[in-house]
Amino acid sequence: MAKRKEDLQQEFIKGLWRDNPVFVQVLGMCPMLAVTNSAVNALAMGAATFFVLVGSSFLVSSLRRWIPKQVRISTYIIIIATFVTVTDFTLEALVPKIHKELGAFIPLIVVNCMILGRQEAFASRNSVRMAVMDALGMAAGFLFALLSLGAVREILGEGKLFGVSLFGPNFEPWVIMILPPGGFLTLGLILLFFSWIKQRKQRLEQRLAQLESEAR
Amino acid sequence: MSSSQNINVGKRDLGSAKLVTTLSFAGLLSGLIIVLAYESTLPTITAHKAMVMKEAVFKVLPGVNRMQRLVYRNGMLAASEQVRKDDEVIFSGYDASGRLVGYAIAGAGPGFQDTIRLLYGYIPETREITGMEILESRETPGLGDKIYKDPAFVANFDSLSIDPEIRAVKKGKRSAANEIDAITGATISSKAVVRIINEANRLWLLRIEQAVKPEGKG
Amino acid sequence: MKLKEHRLKLQAAPLLKQSMTTGQTMRDVLLALLPATLAGLWYFGLGALLVLIASIAGAMLTEWLFSPAESRMQRLSDNTALLTGLLLGLTLPPALPLWMAFIGGAASIGLGKLIWGGMGQNLFNPALVGRAFLLATFPIAMTTWSPQSGPTEFFQIYASNLAAPFMQSVYDGISAATPLGLMKFEQQSTGLWALVSGNTSGCIGETSGLLLLLGGLYLLLRRDLDWRIPAGILGTVALFSTTLYIVDSTHYPGPLFSVFSGGLLLGAIFMATDPVTSPLTPRGTWIFAVGIGVLVVLIRAYGGFPEGVMYAILLMNAATPLIDRYTQPRVFGKGIKNP
Repeated sequence: MAKRKEDLQQEFIKGLWRDNPVFVQVLGMCPMLAVTNSAVNALAMGAATFFVLVGSSFLVSSLRRWIPKQVRISTYIIIIATFVTVTDFTLEALVPKIHKELGAFIPLIVVNCMILGRQEAFASRNSVRMAVMDALGMAAGFLFALLSLGAVREILGEGKLFGVSLFGPNFEPWVIMILPPGGFLTLGLILLFFSWIKQRKQRLEQRLAQLESEAR
Repeated sequence: MSSSQNINVGKRDLGSAKLVTTLSFAGLLSGLIIVLAYESTLPTITAHKAMVMKEAVFKVLPGVNRMQRLVYRNGMLAASEQVRKDDEVIFSGYDASGRLVGYAIAGAGPGFQDTIRLLYGYIPETREITGMEILESRETPGLGDKIYKDPAFVANFDSLSIDPEIRAVKKGKRSAANEIDAITGATISSKAVVRIINEANRLWLLRIEQAVKPEGKG
Repeated sequence: MKLKEHRLKLQAAPLLKQSMTTGQTMRDVLLALLPATLAGLWYFGLGALLVLIASIAGAMLTEWLFSPAESRMQRLSDNTALLTGLLLGLTLPPALPLWMAFIGGAASIGLGKLIWGGMGQNLFNPALVGRAFLLATFPIAMTTWSPQSGPTEFFQIYASNLAAPFMQSVYDGISAATPLGLMKFEQQSTGLWALVSGNTSGCIGETSGLLLLLGGLYLLLRRDLDWRIPAGILGTVALFSTTLYIVDSTHYPGPLFSVFSGGLLLGAIFMATDPVTSPLTPRGTWIFAVGIGVLVVLIRAYGGFPEGVMYAILLMNAATPLIDRYTQPRVFGKGIKNP
């Protein structure tokens, strides 16, 4: 039983870090670049994707025995689209301002390849508990990535974070950061940073192994 | 790939009937859920949209506290609660004593990046614009978005004469009642706003005149 | 790491050994830029000098920071970072806050050169990448021009130069329009002598047409320059703008104004000719140059900005690999149909 629990934890953590959908798998780039011009938008987008991914993974995994292989992709899409549409209406009713900012990108969650990818690669062939844990991890990883991008862009682009001014009224905004090129630049720099960390870690490990073997 | 094959092993000769049943069942269920969500959120959404519009109308027509939606049909302006999709709509605003103050006219047209949609208040008596509110735009942050973020630019549209036509001039060079100060560095966005209003004026002014006259006689 | 490697030479004969090195060429270009730079300082004073220093510092510091530790000094000593920083600085308005110039220098080298894999690998001219980044990031500061003054006010530094990092700049209140801005927005032409001598407002290095041409001549004599590029650009601009001028002489400037105003000479002589980002073949070079000329006039006449040299060069930089591909010379004995 203890091992099962560890497995579940593993499924969760891998989405957050080791297999992060954005920084490692580079999936779901469309919302990633389009709606991260402020932290609030990023958060709303992340939350919407979170709901859709966890809901669809749960349903797909529970129904996996009844879905014939030939029509599985269409069924997944129907399930995902249902969740997306419900999310769309709910957001419009609850937070109309943010809904307007996100615009067409809420319906476009349907074609977020990360979501369909999780259904095909994981939820359709694992137990419900595992699938939900995996979805939670992946969605949290996606949310984390969106938030970090949104925060960087909002801080530089407007001098604010979640709408709160950080540097006073005289801050000179970096307009490019709110525009689409800013999304590409920030994402590129973050990817660069991550691979730099990875490289350093690998080198460190190599060096450690070397030292150890020398010590013997 | 292997595990998904395992799941369906032994069901290899599925008839298409089964596939059709699965898909239509999924579709049916999905449709049901969507209708449910739509119905339960619709009142909130429409109420919010109406409120946003109302606030905008009250903002561009100072002194107004009641509004009426007017639809232009068959050459006539008529109050109407039901709005069909292709209807051309404006709003009339009334003050506390119930007197007609002016009209709020919506206009739309290309800006620097995307369509700009705006609403402006117009008083037929003085032939003046009383205010302008941007409803939707995607102008460049920091430059073009000053068309609604810069109070000085928005203030241009307070008692602005529409005769013969609104003109955008370089900042600080405003000299006539029908001129506005363009935003430095965002001339295109400023001119787009002016063009949208001029175009809406060409469309609506005659119609409004015809609507006001009979009222004045009676 | 060994610095000298034995290389297998794959070119066809004749293999002539030249004493020319990258560092040498860069020194020539720097020398050629000197007169125009001095003229810029003459007109805009110490503030302009500080902008140049800040942008060079940004470029060189980035180059140093992101180079492998063992080749840092060697990379800096070939002067490419210095030249990129200087070229960027010359395309900046003299009253730009220094911290923005510094960031521009860093963006030039970082986004314009190092990300592509370092020297010789970049697709776009690094200095212009830095300028495009600055223009998109700080559009107002990048289009606020100060009027030129004589050497009497040399030691006056613009208040906006000294804005605190990340903070907005306070402008002195006097701003001027560039000759191109005047032409585009108010249909006012500027006298030719003012344009040739550089007595106009504008970027630090783009004002004096005569001195830029002088620098170009020096490079031509030193054979550091492919004459086809400036000739093609300037010729196309002159021809195309004459056509427009004949059609409508109130809205479009004449050929001499077009050639001598804005950053055209600086761009045509010093930026479009960057050997890394321009085509290799003579035929490709002509296509490249004519393309830039046409784009410059199109953007100036019909675009939202008064000046289009930067975007014209960057766009044709992007087309360079394609041009190179389609203008390869015929391999001897191949591709000709026998009669």
